[in-house]
Amino acid sequence: MTSPLQQKIRITGPSIVTANRTIDGAVIYRNRASGWSTDLSDAAIVRNADEARALLAEAVADDVGAVGPYIAPVDVKEGGRIKPGNLREHIRQSGVTIDLLPVS
Amino acid sequence: MYAYDELDRTLLNERVEEFRDQVRRRLSGELTEDEFKMLRLQNGVYLQLHAYMFRVAIPYGTLSSNQLRQLAHVARKYDRGYGHFTTRQNIQFNWIKLAEQPDALADLAEVGIHAMQTSGNNTRNVTSDQWAGVAPGEIEDPRIWSEILRQYTTLHPEFSFLPRKFKFAITASAHDRAAIKIHDIGLRLHRNAEGEAGFEVLVGGGLGRTPFIGKTIKPFVHGRDLLSYVEAILRVYNQYGRRDNIYKARIKILVHELGIEKFAAEVEEEWRAMGDTALTLDDATIEEIRSRFTYPAYEKLPHVPDELKKAAADPLFERWRRNSVFTHKVQGYAIVTLSLKPVGGPPGDATADQMDALADLADKYSFGEIRVGHEQNLALPHVAKRDLPALWSALDKLGLATPNVNLVSDIIACPGLDYCSLANARSIPIAQELTRRFANPDTAELIGRLHINISGCINACGHHHVGHIGILGVEKNGEEFYQITIGGRADENAELGALIGPAVPYGEVADVIEDIVEAYLALRERPDELFVDAVKRLGVEPFRERVYATR
Repeated sequence: MTSPLQQKIRITGPSIVTANRTIDGAVIYRNRASGWSTDLSDAAIVRNADEARALLAEAVADDVGAVGPYIAPVDVKEGGRIKPGNLREHIRQSGVTIDLLPVS
Repeated sequence: MYAYDELDRTLLNERVEEFRDQVRRRLSGELTEDEFKMLRLQNGVYLQLHAYMFRVAIPYGTLSSNQLRQLAHVARKYDRGYGHFTTRQNIQFNWIKLAEQPDALADLAEVGIHAMQTSGNNTRNVTSDQWAGVAPGEIEDPRIWSEILRQYTTLHPEFSFLPRKFKFAITASAHDRAAIKIHDIGLRLHRNAEGEAGFEVLVGGGLGRTPFIGKTIKPFVHGRDLLSYVEAILRVYNQYGRRDNIYKARIKILVHELGIEKFAAEVEEEWRAMGDTALTLDDATIEEIRSRFTYPAYEKLPHVPDELKKAAADPLFERWRRNSVFTHKVQGYAIVTLSLKPVGGPPGDATADQMDALADLADKYSFGEIRVGHEQNLALPHVAKRDLPALWSALDKLGLATPNVNLVSDIIACPGLDYCSLANARSIPIAQELTRRFANPDTAELIGRLHINISGCINACGHHHVGHIGILGVEKNGEEFYQITIGGRADENAELGALIGPAVPYGEVADVIEDIVEAYLALRERPDELFVDAVKRLGVEPFRERVYATR
């Protein structure tokens, strides 16, 4: 499998590094303290390819704690609020868009 | 039901302990994710958007009540209280934790259930007709042959690392409920001119990025030769199937590129070279497997019992009976399909409470047996007709008596972008909206048989290519769009649907489907001309005009 670090990195705006936590699969974000957080607002923001590559390299190095790190786009709103940059990331952050249980 | 022996139990327990050790080594860092990934996949563990997903096999769609209770237990203890029945007679749990996975597997192994080969490039769960053993006119119970194949393919060393995944489906009825023509190998049990039972073997069917209907490679293979012939196919595929490009690795691509005649010649040569191998099944072996399937001690019952005559006065019961109750091979009994497609519900989902209650009903009314169909519904295969009114009443209380089986709101849908890491677009909310649009049972009955299949990406887990109406989610510039096909079908006359025009945005899908259905109602020759037959007669154009004239 091609390492994410071998892939060409192209970012067009503010981005973060996200993955799933190994022990339970929970969505996690690489934070500014070189750790992981389940809260998107803690995520470290990168704005160019070099920064993104460095943050991704740090994330990939933690193979025990996280699975499949990758770079994802975000929107940074007024006051620094971070919002997911696409529907997939919105669903990963906020959960499924449907009721969890079947209607009975 | 099939009775597992000590060998089966030992295999499952050893497998659980092996995986427990693999998980321990992964969590401690002894195994990297690259090393672990294939191991977890071979035990049915995927990583999805929010969590790990755990796919459990239900071989040939047969469950005992105790097995269903244990699935409910896993849903409750290790997941979020529900499970999702899939188009390949599996069940998926969406929120499993890796650290608890071995315990969940151990609990399932107690009742003979496992997750082996529910993922990975190997032979997957062998699927069959959910009415196997009870369908009128069946040549023989196809589960006997499914079980022979299951035993042969489980942990087969030569075929554990194929170029790509490999799926078998078997039917023994004239009407194909197992969708054999869209499987890598499809098997149809039938009789030859001499009256002997054997298999028509189809190969190279499949959906996904490059869909194909399976082609007949051999019209008749005697049962004793089934394994050797299948092995010859797998050997040719294993040797020539492409490993350099995942999109061209399935056997369907090999069959297409070589042509069925050349592929068949390669298989024939391989098969002849094998000669009379250890794979040739003798009568005693077949009989041994056959003898381990037990069947209910049916009573001699009237064709139409008094209880049924009395209940016919209730129009709600009558609607359900008309829709969900099917002819059984034994007089006085019926096959009952349980819709997992309530109005507004996620298709194929069942709660742990529903599973537990259904297990009790199966004990009371169906000799403790439940079936899972590829349409993502369940069935009780042995219900005495006198019990139908009481069963209906109990199912209705559980939300399992929606009278929409095979109708427009009986939608097949993959988990889509709400769960799946491969998906480009959501499937479930589209299905939910459509069930609301077609919630009126009178309208649904008026429309008649109509299968809507939805996939959230080109991998086609929702079988959209073979839906009478197929809906495929795609992503365009960050937005969800949906391509609509019509005229597909997955039965013995399987066909791929034809695209009606440009993809439509998320918010317009339900309107488009309503337009298509309205066009059909206006164009059909008579009330019993099915949607799919009308499309066959008319072609795509009238439907395209109706949908795009105002868009």
